Amino acid sequence: MASIHVENVGKIYSGGVRAVSDINLSIADGEFIVLVGPSGCGKSTLLRMVAGLETISEGTVSIDGGVVNDKEPADRDIAMVFQNYALYPHMTVRQNLEYGLKNRGTPRPEIDARVAEAARMLEIAQYLDRKPRALSGGQRQRVAMGRAIVRKPAAFLFDEPLSNLDAKLRVSMRGEIKRLQRRLGTTSIYVTHDQLEAMTLADRLVVLDGGRIEQIGAPLEVYHEPASTFVASFIGSPAMNLMEGELHGDRLAVGPSILNLAGYAPTSGPVTVGVRAEDLRLATSAQESFLLRVEYVEELGSQRLVHGMVGDQPLTVALPLEEALQEEMKLTVEPRRLHFFSRETGKRLTMPGSEPVRSRQVMGAVA
Amino acid sequence: MVENRPLLDFLTHLVLITGVAIVAFPVYVAFIASTHGTGAFVSGVMPLLPGTHMVENYSMMWNEGLTSAGAPPLWVMMFNSLWMALIIAVGKIAISITSAYAIVYFRFPFRVLAFWMIFITLMLPVEVRILPTFKVVADLGMLNSYAGLTLPLIASATATFLFRQFFLTVPEEIMEAARVDGAGPLKFFRDILLPLSRTNIAALFVILFIYGWVQYLWPLLITTDSNFYTIVMGIKRLAASADAEPLWHYAMAAVMMAMLPPVLVVIFMQRLFVKGLVETEK
Repeated sequence: MASIHVENVGKIYSGGVRAVSDINLSIADGEFIVLVGPSGCGKSTLLRMVAGLETISEGTVSIDGGVVNDKEPADRDIAMVFQNYALYPHMTVRQNLEYGLKNRGTPRPEIDARVAEAARMLEIAQYLDRKPRALSGGQRQRVAMGRAIVRKPAAFLFDEPLSNLDAKLRVSMRGEIKRLQRRLGTTSIYVTHDQLEAMTLADRLVVLDGGRIEQIGAPLEVYHEPASTFVASFIGSPAMNLMEGELHGDRLAVGPSILNLAGYAPTSGPVTVGVRAEDLRLATSAQESFLLRVEYVEELGSQRLVHGMVGDQPLTVALPLEEALQEEMKLTVEPRRLHFFSRETGKRLTMPGSEPVRSRQVMGAVA
Repeated sequence: MVENRPLLDFLTHLVLITGVAIVAFPVYVAFIASTHGTGAFVSGVMPLLPGTHMVENYSMMWNEGLTSAGAPPLWVMMFNSLWMALIIAVGKIAISITSAYAIVYFRFPFRVLAFWMIFITLMLPVEVRILPTFKVVADLGMLNSYAGLTLPLIASATATFLFRQFFLTVPEEIMEAARVDGAGPLKFFRDILLPLSRTNIAALFVILFIYGWVQYLWPLLITTDSNFYTIVMGIKRLAASADAEPLWHYAMAAVMMAMLPPVLVVIFMQRLFVKGLVETEK
């Protein structure tokens, strides 16, 4: 167990391609950090630099206080779980688990004890003498995790470990990873492109785009206060609605629709307005509202997603099943549920002098 | 095609049996010849049934050889051939698997150049470079030695290429997992890569053993001492006698025995051989 510090880290591949730039990240002992972003955002590169599988072009990575830039992966006291499991196909499950310990010269009784413990924890004891070939995807992933656990490393590094599993198995393995990490209390870095996986697993989320950190924060904080339009559209499903609007004093104009903000306007002029599908409500006739022309409806069982256009901009709203569907619907939203982003930079615009109310509540809830 | 048509069955069998007969008949004739006495085969009528001199012919060839043709006993030549084929097969595999390992898993200057140089030597089989090679081997004083017989044949671009292709199919994550597990380059090679290449090695061994066994031109050039004669060139000597009818029954006995080791290798390694050629175990 250890803390990990990533300072000003960048990666430039030979040929001058910049994969990652200027990453600063402090991971506390026992924390579960999830790196999330679309493919090519540099999240795997960052993880592999921490692991030592990629050289670090700029900055320093330290694990447990010591700079590890020039250390081999084996000397960094980390264990890694790969997307395609990367089990040694010619070895039995037991040999797979033992291999790292043997290479470190761990005494035989200690090896046996640790393998037995990990096998019990992951419920793979009955497969110990099988080859990976004879196991299902989920079982293989357990073995891959077992291989990490037996080492008792300072940190676990997960590189999209659930991507090769089917949807149902992914959900149950997700829970299992979380449970194991809680139980072992090992510092973990987890890479995924699945925002749902990221939300459910993380103590803190790191959202990456184009090799840079867009936002770091607790899952709910990131969800409720996305720092940029990128984060807003990436985290949450359905994605946050982003529309071009214009602020005039206290009034917001989106296409032909006008909304009164009751003092929640952070600036004036053109902005990008964000609103979550579940924050929209049907308006009573008197209220100021968005006029939504319905195009199609997705039934999710517990609710329905209604897709349509406001003016010439797409909008999705999540409505309870009771609400009757119409060709045109009037929607409203509490002004404080609106998010405003700069048109130029895509960064979040906050009320001058205001505290991020919801994030404080979130932090309190987690603590 | 899963069809039940008797005529089709008959035709396919006919084709197959004809094929087998064409291939097997000369071997059969060779076997018959090796069981007859002197002169039976030059009398004009070829016998098609086994004769009575089999044991006599074989033991004579095995133990004494044809001194009149300047050939040593067969066991000497068989031993030489076996030794040569084994050294060539094992040597080729050892050298090519290590060079493929270097080319695939290490980044060093001129790596690609090195690969293409190896690859280009595919165009230079022994026969093409035989004179310069002979000169080098002769100058090194390796005529009439096992080193001279095997060393010039031991480098193999084909095997290097095959191993390279196989290594490229091994997922990179396995190498990375091994690195995280504390396996250095040599340990990774020994513990992971070699066991994974097992079937490929077996398949190549079969091919290369036979390649070594059937070498004719090279041993013919560099051996003048009959103690280093190999079986394949020895047979040539048995068959070619200038002033008399070839002693076919002896020559054919030698041929039959010369065929045995490659046949045994193929039979016993067939399962691995097929596996190595068709499937990659990942």
